[in-house]
Amino acid sequence: MIIPFLKGLGKTLEQCFRKPITIRYPEEKREVSERFRGHPRLLTDPQGRPLCVACCLCATVCPSFAITIEAATDGMHQKYPRRFVVDLARCIYCGFCEEACPKAAIKLNRRYELAQYDRNLLIYDKEQLLKSD
Amino acid sequence: MDWAALVIVTLVKSLLLIVILLTAVAYATLMERKVLGFMQLRLGPNRTGPWGLLQPLADGIKLLFKEDLMLPVAERSLYALAPAISAVAALAPFLAIPFADRVAPDTITFWGRTIDLAQYSLNRGVVADLPGGVLFILAISSLGIYGVVIGGWASDNRYSLLGGIRVTAQMISYELALGMAIIGVLMVAGSMRMSAIVEAQRNIWFIVYQPFGFVIYLIAALAEACRTPFDLIECENELVAGYHTEYSSMKFGLFQLAEYAHIITISAIATTLFLGGWQGPWLPSGVWFVGKTFALVFFFIWVRATFPRVRFDQLMDFGWKLLLPAALANILLTGVILVVWR
Repeated sequence: MIIPFLKGLGKTLEQCFRKPITIRYPEEKREVSERFRGHPRLLTDPQGRPLCVACCLCATVCPSFAITIEAATDGMHQKYPRRFVVDLARCIYCGFCEEACPKAAIKLNRRYELAQYDRNLLIYDKEQLLKSD
Repeated sequence: MDWAALVIVTLVKSLLLIVILLTAVAYATLMERKVLGFMQLRLGPNRTGPWGLLQPLADGIKLLFKEDLMLPVAERSLYALAPAISAVAALAPFLAIPFADRVAPDTITFWGRTIDLAQYSLNRGVVADLPGGVLFILAISSLGIYGVVIGGWASDNRYSLLGGIRVTAQMISYELALGMAIIGVLMVAGSMRMSAIVEAQRNIWFIVYQPFGFVIYLIAALAEACRTPFDLIECENELVAGYHTEYSSMKFGLFQLAEYAHIITISAIATTLFLGGWQGPWLPSGVWFVGKTFALVFFFIWVRATFPRVRFDQLMDFGWKLLLPAALANILLTGVILVVWR
């Protein structure tokens, strides 16, 4: 009856000297996995033009209707999004848009610190989506 | 006016002791949170000051600025009195515990007047070296129950009342075993004076003569201070927060203070009775005393991190059917050995 008690005490003392699994969060940040699903971003080609062709597949597949796209054409037959808005307050970070995109133009990045005081600040337009890596 | 000077010296000494004790209490809370944190693979408080060292200060300030709720239905005077009783009963026993060998020279000269401190042993590291010191300590620390049960009653809340009743039953049951565990030490030391008990441990600590007594004392002390695994007064799933459910602000702070002061006091008593008090080689006596006491406080926290809470019937069974007979057997054994030996 006594031995298990002592064993338990020994176990807790042993834990005392192990490295804590928590971190000092704002100073140290948790390293997220390579496949982490942060918020969506738009990719560009080497010339810096958005890869998106405004096919609206991502907006269609999006289960939470977070993506709004207004398509436009320029010159010959190149379609491009005039407006591309992602409401991060609606986004559920499922990554369906990334899977649906035929041009691999939209991708979830690894950022997870998205808290804001104002809801409107979470509505990202095309420029913000292009900038955020 | 020799006695006036002595009174002043005693008052100053008690005041200093209380201030140091309160600081120790504040840091015992930090120690508890830190040690628990490390044992649960967390970091514990680390936001306030380096390594979280200002956390007790922040807690105190927060408690002071909280709204002091006055219940409309409560018995106001009793409601206000309860935390004070708890705190005083937890702090007062410290006045009879010798915490160091010698803290002042034999005589001091003050405004051209020479005061003989050695006359009333005021130069010793104890405020009141009473002939029946152990009795005084036991008597005062059991008064703490009144604070708890009055607080539970005056809150006019079922949870508080049940918590108060529970803790009363628990403390009365375990006080018996606690007292019995101490009797073995008194038999070996042959005195109730705390300083004499410390003096008797000059060569060998009483934990060697009284190992069972020490274990029984520690277990009873856990129950007495209402610590895990006997912290039934604050088992949230049954009693919300027990007797201090309805308390807020500094009144709650006083209860909290009483709880930690009780732990420190009970550790200090164990240090004095079983671990040789302030005696130890090389280091100053006060350091030894504080070190031993906080080693026991660490043990209390360690136990909290390890064991789950017992059920109330298990608690009563254990106290009456196992701990008390064991303590009595310990007294018998000590008596027989003492008679045979002498």
